[in-house]
Amino acid sequence: MAEYETHQHDVLVIGAGGAGLRAAIEASAAGVSVGVVTKSLLGKAHTVMAEGGIAAALANVDDRDNWKVHFADTMRGGQYLNNPRMAQLHAQEAPARVRELEAWGALFDRTQDGRILQRNFGGHKYPRLAHVGDRTGLEMIRTLQDHGIHQGIDVHMECTIVTLLKDGDRVAGAFGYDRERGRFKLFQAKAVVLATGGIGRAYKVTSNSWEYTGDGLALAYHAGATLMDMEFVQFHPTGMVWPPSVRGILVTEGVRGEGGILLNKDKRRFMFDDIPPLYKNQTADNPEEGWRYTQGDKNAKRPPELLTRDHVARCIVREVKEGRGSPHGGVFLDISWIKEKLPNAAEHIKKKLPSMYHQFKQLADIDITQEPMEVGPTVHYVMGGVRVDADTQMSDVPGLFAAGECGAGLHGANRLGGNSLSDLLVFGKRAGEYAACFAKEHSAVSVNPDEVEAAARQALEPFERESGEGPFQVQHDLQNMMQDWVGIVRREEELEKALSQIPVLWERWRKVSVGGNREYNPGWHTALDLRNLLTVSEAITRAALERKESRGAHFRDDYPAKDESFAKVHMTIRKGPDGEMRISREPASEIPADLQQIIEEMK
Amino acid sequence: MATATFRVWRGDAKGGKFQDFVMEVAPGMVVLDAIHEIQSSQANDLAVRWNCKAGKCGSCSAEINGMPKLMCMTRLSQLPLEKPITVEPMRSFPLVKDLVTDVSWNFRVKEQIKPFRPRKPDAPDGTWRMDQKDVDRVQEFRKCIECFLCQDVCHVLRNHHLYDQFIGPRFFVYAAALEMHPLDVEDRLKDLRKTQGIGFCNITKCCTKVCPESIHITDNAIIPLKERVVDQFYDPLKKLFRVFQGDK
Repeated sequence: MAEYETHQHDVLVIGAGGAGLRAAIEASAAGVSVGVVTKSLLGKAHTVMAEGGIAAALANVDDRDNWKVHFADTMRGGQYLNNPRMAQLHAQEAPARVRELEAWGALFDRTQDGRILQRNFGGHKYPRLAHVGDRTGLEMIRTLQDHGIHQGIDVHMECTIVTLLKDGDRVAGAFGYDRERGRFKLFQAKAVVLATGGIGRAYKVTSNSWEYTGDGLALAYHAGATLMDMEFVQFHPTGMVWPPSVRGILVTEGVRGEGGILLNKDKRRFMFDDIPPLYKNQTADNPEEGWRYTQGDKNAKRPPELLTRDHVARCIVREVKEGRGSPHGGVFLDISWIKEKLPNAAEHIKKKLPSMYHQFKQLADIDITQEPMEVGPTVHYVMGGVRVDADTQMSDVPGLFAAGECGAGLHGANRLGGNSLSDLLVFGKRAGEYAACFAKEHSAVSVNPDEVEAAARQALEPFERESGEGPFQVQHDLQNMMQDWVGIVRREEELEKALSQIPVLWERWRKVSVGGNREYNPGWHTALDLRNLLTVSEAITRAALERKESRGAHFRDDYPAKDESFAKVHMTIRKGPDGEMRISREPASEIPADLQQIIEEMK
Repeated sequence: MATATFRVWRGDAKGGKFQDFVMEVAPGMVVLDAIHEIQSSQANDLAVRWNCKAGKCGSCSAEINGMPKLMCMTRLSQLPLEKPITVEPMRSFPLVKDLVTDVSWNFRVKEQIKPFRPRKPDAPDGTWRMDQKDVDRVQEFRKCIECFLCQDVCHVLRNHHLYDQFIGPRFFVYAAALEMHPLDVEDRLKDLRKTQGIGFCNITKCCTKVCPESIHITDNAIIPLKERVVDQFYDPLKKLFRVFQGDK
């Protein structure tokens, strides 16, 4: 018999980034008992890395902004594969969620008249991102953390969930281990909110930290929920490329929002060479107009550097592929040029982009106020995730909710910058609210001890195998494979190769062995995380293979155009009765007439 | 390619010792890269806490050649590679394993500090107006990434172990951010003096020196708080007033 501690909560939240903390605060406010499980220490989740800001139509800087414009921008960015109801709720509720953060102590940068300042960002028609320099995510997570610790929430730090438990169809809790001692923990809960973030660690070059192994997606999938839109993986166009040890670390879009431009090795501003038809009307005609836009000229259109992330990333790949890249396989991002325009440019850059200045100075010996940065695409975000109900965030499994990056629907085929932090707040709150309702309205659940026993046994297997290979090599090979074959530009034969490699990697995973003991053992943790990484990698590959067109973040070299027959179709993934992964095409939800009208008006 | 020796602390609460690892060094590497390389090829169970690897989360605090630093922001090119580089856990907190310490004390301390309490919204739209210059001062403190290196280096904690009487530099910065917040109306001065031990700080500025966010911990947070405490509790007239109120 395995030994484990048992904890009882009405609502269990898995993950303590922006969505998880916001969900926990809301559930707790509804008067139910709440537990939060987090893989890291409190306040360290990836939300901390978000730089640019929180998109919300506060209209503090441009009074033409309102939820309808934000809604239309989000839908356009997502190529209309977004769940329209989610995009509507998100645009309508984001301003209140931002103001609420202020009431909890967040200190955003201010406008002249003392209101919350908003900045420009890719794909947003008006300056819309509430921000704090380039460390908005830190401000957000710290505000939620410092507010949350006084709300009577039980926090289980450095604890990882390995499986969800069910009572019949309903979710009944979760089972995991604490990192420190490796002791098992059983959480019984009437409702579970997944807020585990993304999948970046399935790739070699990513802005994501070790935590982002697709846990929530894999847990939900194995518990019988549906995954959706997994082919849509966002490559952020600007990650660091040099030195090698920092490859993938994010360079905020805020650099471009403040006037930064992209150049190839011939100093050509190549973004002007290819502007997609959908954005022609909104893009500056020349560099001068683009500059005016970044400086707040309401009559100017935005520079092409602020086109959607998928497009900018592909333009960079094209430049590199055609031999016009920078010395280390990226392109140049230059903010120092603004000294031609502003008298005190260096100070201005340090004030607006302090973390970026710091990051390049310390990690790459580059002074961004004087010289250009080298940047290239990095895996940043997954639009796909657990399919949920738009209003409640509940998945197909009763009592199982998902919010934030691990949920699907809001962003469609591509996410706009700034819409992630607002997503966390809006749908974190909703998930917490409805999870609390669900817990109140439903009777207690019980867990099956045999299920717990089996999970414990499986978790310990890597220790029992004597001679298998270590987990890091398997992870490494998976990351290389995903990077090379299921990356930013995809084609059938490579996706097929990846799909044929996945069973091989699963087989290697089944034989992985780890040394040492259960106390804070990264080898063991990696072995357990690998199951999730393999699950999501398989889902991404299958979905990418199935969508034989290019749309949003998904680009197929062999099908480079959009195909109408895929315009209103989602790829959904479920675990079949035989344990095999099943993919199907399902129709997208119809856009209601009133929302369609908004879209038309904003075109 | 050059090689370097990393002398890494291995052990747990019961004890431990340094273990040497030799490895090749690539351009631009930071100490955390070296630790990861050791972990993946030589010691799979080497315990290290890290997240963002970009100096933003404050997880990978350690003592490198005796100096409290973030492993992810310490480049090997800044270290003398001809000698072994020592990497040890923070010494002011109980060891969990290898480079990982139990920093939970910090989380408990934070809960004791009175939370943010804003004045009533007073702008017509039901929110507040704040000037950027008032916000600037507090934004400096809110840059804190909670790496706890300032706690690690502070002699009141490190040498005198006053964990139950002194909250440490991190939480003076936290208290200062709340006290100087343009909207906050809570009073934390009595706690700072009586239970949180601000008087123990003798402004040696070690905390400021190790702060990876370059927060002027001593000058901008601790000294102004000390001044406020003095102003409130040691002003003769105010003291007399308190005696009559029965509140010392």
